[in-house]
Amino acid sequence: MSVVIDAKDLDLTFQTNDGPVHALSNINLQVQTGEFVSFIGPSGCGKTTLLRVIADLEKPTGGSISVNGVTPEQARLARAYGYVFQAAALYPWRTIGGNISLPLEVMGIAKAERTELIRKNLELVNLTGFDKKFPWQLSGGMQQRASIARALSFDPDMLLMDEPFGALDEIVRDHLNEQLLKLWAQTKKTVVFVTHSIPEAVFLSTRIVVMSPRPGRIHEIIDCDLGDDRSLDIRESPEFLAIAHQVREGLRQGHSYDD
Amino acid sequence: MRERTGLSGIFYDRVLPVGTVVAVIVVAWYAFAVLLNAPFERDQAARAGTEISTSQLVSNTMAQDRPVLPAPHQVASEIWETTALKKITSKRSLVYHGWITLYSTLMGFVLGTGLGILLAVLIVHSNILDKSLMPWIITSQTIPILAIAPMLIVVLNAIDLSRFLPDALAGTHVEYIVKDVLPKALISAYLSFFPVAVGMVKGLRSPDVMHLDLMRTYNSSRSQVFWKLRWPSAVPFLFTSMKVAVAISLVGAIVGELPTGAVAGLGARLLTGSYYGQTIQIWSALVSAAVLAAMLVMLVDLSSRIVMNRMGMAR
Repeated sequence: MSVVIDAKDLDLTFQTNDGPVHALSNINLQVQTGEFVSFIGPSGCGKTTLLRVIADLEKPTGGSISVNGVTPEQARLARAYGYVFQAAALYPWRTIGGNISLPLEVMGIAKAERTELIRKNLELVNLTGFDKKFPWQLSGGMQQRASIARALSFDPDMLLMDEPFGALDEIVRDHLNEQLLKLWAQTKKTVVFVTHSIPEAVFLSTRIVVMSPRPGRIHEIIDCDLGDDRSLDIRESPEFLAIAHQVREGLRQGHSYDD
Repeated sequence: MRERTGLSGIFYDRVLPVGTVVAVIVVAWYAFAVLLNAPFERDQAARAGTEISTSQLVSNTMAQDRPVLPAPHQVASEIWETTALKKITSKRSLVYHGWITLYSTLMGFVLGTGLGILLAVLIVHSNILDKSLMPWIITSQTIPILAIAPMLIVVLNAIDLSRFLPDALAGTHVEYIVKDVLPKALISAYLSFFPVAVGMVKGLRSPDVMHLDLMRTYNSSRSQVFWKLRWPSAVPFLFTSMKVAVAISLVGAIVGELPTGAVAGLGARLLTGSYYGQTIQIWSALVSAAVLAAMLVMLVDLSSRIVMNRMGMAR
């Protein structure tokens, strides 16, 4: 195991018209290869901002961060990660296959290889046969699966996911959580996952980073290894409930439940 | 409401509403024709020293040679005579004049649309151009081009752009285009580039932040962002502004034909009609121009549907 993400004393202050906003303050975090790390916290705690800093979509204003041993920008230029947004963000004028092909086209991969990669990744997210459909012909859950296939299509080492199932109903979310876990076991990718759902974080993660707002900071990092081969049933087990309780306590101490 | 399909669906959804409006317009038109043409008839009767009955008056107002407002059937029969009953090469054929106008309309539309797209692309990609060009684009439309178009045409004709062509092209179709079509087309282009430029600036800026961020995570180049994201997102905006542009191009072409010494085109028909008080000729040229405009807009709309359908964006 080696360190993929290494943040030291990371700070980010947005200058707004209402004065500076401390989005991130004094973040220290290491993520190892193959880990599944979740950021959890109330809105405004900086969890999405931290993910965007890792992805080089925001620049930190203080401290240092490395991704794969280089700066986030170099990592982005080397296409080190696939990013999954809150919404599926599929291009409506492209078919599902066309959407998965998008990063491959940008990266200059030949047609024959693209076709093969589309097929492979659609199979990975159980969407075989949907490549000719347009996004609006798919349900929200299927669209988000297609967007995961798109993020995986160029085989990045890391998957950055920003509340990918936040907009879906709980039944679909449970189902996708199970599928994501299988996908993670299958592909051995490092996953950084932003969520505001405690059961989701506990069910999926190997480590849970509890964050608190104003300024956005890490309150506590909780180890959470419920072993491989988890099923949804594990959520009624005492181990699961104990960790969920610990996360909730962490959130409470971080004033997440304050008015 | 019950869904109507097939022929009865087309009747209730299309024919009935449009037909009702047309019927109302025709009735109002007849009413105004009687109202506006009656003074002349009364005058005639008074001069002859005879009484004229109301029914005689009404029927007379619809059959004048040079009415103030021709009745719809007079315009219709004039259009029929000057389209179907004349050879299309005849100088009296509306098809001939319509074609001349259509030719410069289309040329101006293509030029204007191209210019509009080009300006929008430059503006979206450069902050400096956004700040420096946009005010001028807005200003350009505050110039009453319709008022100065005649002067512009006279100037362009005096310059005679075909002088700059190589000799080998003398007497060819190219010379005709540059000499006779281009000046009118430039007016059309001047009018039509504006809606396209404004619409395309909006369209090229329409992708949301998430889509742009996505391209950034792929480390895509500016041209990839343009062709794979900005351009496809702008296509619906392009068609909407092209609908406005094509109609306004026709107006530009007609205005451009007014001062050419009234040689050819629907604009020339309007002008000769007004010289000789041929109101029926004026109105039939106006109606043909309106029909032409409607057909052009429908054509753009049709191509929009086809493209959107292919892009999977038609629901």
